[in-house]
Amino acid sequence: MSSENKILTTDGLPLEVSLKKAEKRNKIKAFLLVAPLLLFLLITYIFPIGEMFTRSIDDRMITNMLPKTFESMKKWDGKELPPEEVYRSFYEDYKILAEKKVHGKLGQRLNKEKNGFNSILKRLFRKVKSNQIDESKSIKEQIIKIHKHYRNVDYWRAIKRTAPPYTINKYLKGMDMYLDEDGNVAQVSEDRRIHRILWLRTLEIALFVTIFCFLMGYPIAHLLATLPMKYSNLLMICVLLPFWTSLLVRTASWMILLQQQGLVNDFFVMIGLVADDSRPEMMYNKVGTYVAMTQILLPFMVLPLYSVMKTISPSLMRAGKSLGGTPFVAFWKVYFPLTIPGIGAGCLLVFILAIGYYITPALVGGASGTLISNQIAFHMKQTLDWSFASAMGLMLLTGVLVIYWIYNKLVGVDNIKLG
Amino acid sequence: MSKNPEFVKFDKVDKSYDGKVLVVKDLQLDIAEGEFITMLGPSGSGKTTCLMMLAGFETPTHGEILLDGNIISNIPPHKRGIGMVFQNYALFPHMTVYENLAFPLRVRKVEKDEIDKKVDKALSMVSLSGFETRMPAQLSGGQQQRVAVARALVFDPAVVLMDEPLGALDKNLRESMQYEIKHIHESIGVTVVYVTHDQSEALTMSNRIAVFNDGKVQQLSDPAELYEKPVNSFVAEFIGENNTFNGEVVDIDKDKCKVKLNNSEIFANPISVKSKGEKTTVSLRPERALINPTNKMDNMFTGKIEEVIYHGDHTRVRLNLLGSSEFILKVPNSTSNLELKVGEDIDIGWNSIDARALDPK
Repeated sequence: MSSENKILTTDGLPLEVSLKKAEKRNKIKAFLLVAPLLLFLLITYIFPIGEMFTRSIDDRMITNMLPKTFESMKKWDGKELPPEEVYRSFYEDYKILAEKKVHGKLGQRLNKEKNGFNSILKRLFRKVKSNQIDESKSIKEQIIKIHKHYRNVDYWRAIKRTAPPYTINKYLKGMDMYLDEDGNVAQVSEDRRIHRILWLRTLEIALFVTIFCFLMGYPIAHLLATLPMKYSNLLMICVLLPFWTSLLVRTASWMILLQQQGLVNDFFVMIGLVADDSRPEMMYNKVGTYVAMTQILLPFMVLPLYSVMKTISPSLMRAGKSLGGTPFVAFWKVYFPLTIPGIGAGCLLVFILAIGYYITPALVGGASGTLISNQIAFHMKQTLDWSFASAMGLMLLTGVLVIYWIYNKLVGVDNIKLG
Repeated sequence: MSKNPEFVKFDKVDKSYDGKVLVVKDLQLDIAEGEFITMLGPSGSGKTTCLMMLAGFETPTHGEILLDGNIISNIPPHKRGIGMVFQNYALFPHMTVYENLAFPLRVRKVEKDEIDKKVDKALSMVSLSGFETRMPAQLSGGQQQRVAVARALVFDPAVVLMDEPLGALDKNLRESMQYEIKHIHESIGVTVVYVTHDQSEALTMSNRIAVFNDGKVQQLSDPAELYEKPVNSFVAEFIGENNTFNGEVVDIDKDKCKVKLNNSEIFANPISVKSKGEKTTVSLRPERALINPTNKMDNMFTGKIEEVIYHGDHTRVRLNLLGSSEFILKVPNSTSNLELKVGEDIDIGWNSIDARALDPK
């Protein structure tokens, strides 16, 4: 359309401008309404994730500790022992650290890179402290004499590897891998691969919990959607009742039920299913985690399914039957495809919640029922390796996003109906 | 081809949902092969329940339903081979028009070529050829309705049930669909059981109409008879318009009776009154009363015009007549152009044969 026949309002303004002006107030109003939430999300969600990310790759501590060493190492090719200059600047850096009494941190950090670093640094510290190093002579020769490791090029390479301010070591560690001395990604020895087992177990438990929730939730949701109002309300309350109870209380009640002297085992013994002296263990293993998580996450499956099923007209099933479909065919060809948006929403919700579940597996999971989130908590609270915890947290987040992406490709997020 | 006059038979059927109230009472109804029968009645009269029992979604509490001589009460819906058009069309929203129509054929394991042929034929029957790949949501209400009709017919069912299929359409579309369904019925000769609460729809389309009220068939007859000769005051009231007089029979003959109203007497046709002293409601169609009657009619009165309402093709006149101010007259809009003014008196007359003395209301 040319500019000549632009539509004008009666006061001569172009229609588009006039429309924008008229809508502006509404737009500002709408933005102001969402602004608190936006701010809240920014502060409590986006910002912490950014913080977690920097923390997980941050390796600047050592970079700041050995500025001269790294500067002088730039010219060193790492094939043979470094030249005098490197030894000297390392000594100078270390001396400052020793004076500030923060040399211990360097030892810890370098020991992670190469075992034995801590002890040879302590020897160096004693020499530095007692001023036994003559700065007018070759520092290299004096340091080499302190311990044979100072003559080992591998130790110097280990220092050089820590030069970049950022590292992906934590991520590799989360996958039971590490950077070897040549800078290649390598697997840790088989008996030390604990994280990979945890990741797989987390996926497995989340997957099965989702399947169990689906198998149990689908009929419940169907009943809820088809029963007369007075019964469906009661059933709805039963489904929602767990929501009104503390998560901790619910998990604790599962502990009461499932323990070896618990109610379920008592019942099994009473009806003669198992002998009194061979009561099965249903807690502190995967069984406990499955049972408790399925129960706790069930409402998240039922509610989206219910809201979708509620919109499906009962006459569709009738039509399917009257057209000659057996009840099964009518269900499978007509009813089931129409519930897919609800299934998608429910499964995605349950799976994502399950994959990061913490309290329940921690309490009823035991050793074989804990998940990756328990490991993250362990590093947050016990080892205080926050950067590793951050790295694993981000890996979990990435995993969830990947699953979401795959889901979007397969089913389409537009098809999700949460209510 | 000899038609079976009892193709569908309701035999003493009762139906109760709660064990306290009968929604269908002792229903006795025969439907002939190839017939277009309409169940007409106000909501809650049991007509849809009858349809659902025939389709198999409800079971009769008592009695049997027979289809072509076989008892079908215990046959599940999908084995009855009865096509059904639902009130809200019930098209499968996740399937294309083609898939919707192919559904009944696929579950019957019909060959692919045969399916294509039948779907094609059914779609051209409702003049929707070329719409195969559309989704139901992309169709207008009328088009969805036609797809629903085509789907109910595509597998050549012996009987097609229609549960107020035109209820959701606007007036013009509804009327044209009425003719369309009627023509489809005429061209393929399928037995149709149609449920509606719209009397003009029933009159337009049906071979016979069963008027339901209170769980019972009040009258079963062809449209003309239903309108001209209602057997009781419910039918007279429900079908078309109607002026009523409540009174008492004071004299009765074979084809004429005298009914005493509050302060006058009229002659009527005794339908459900038998003897003197009975209470009765006399029903008279508005178009049967004439203004300024020239020939001799046995009921002649003078009334005062209370209201004149212009309706385009006719004018409705409300009169104060015989003590009632609700007497309605229909004056066709003809060239004679009567001058009708509110407050004027006019002479009215009707034949006693048109005034039917029915059961008292």
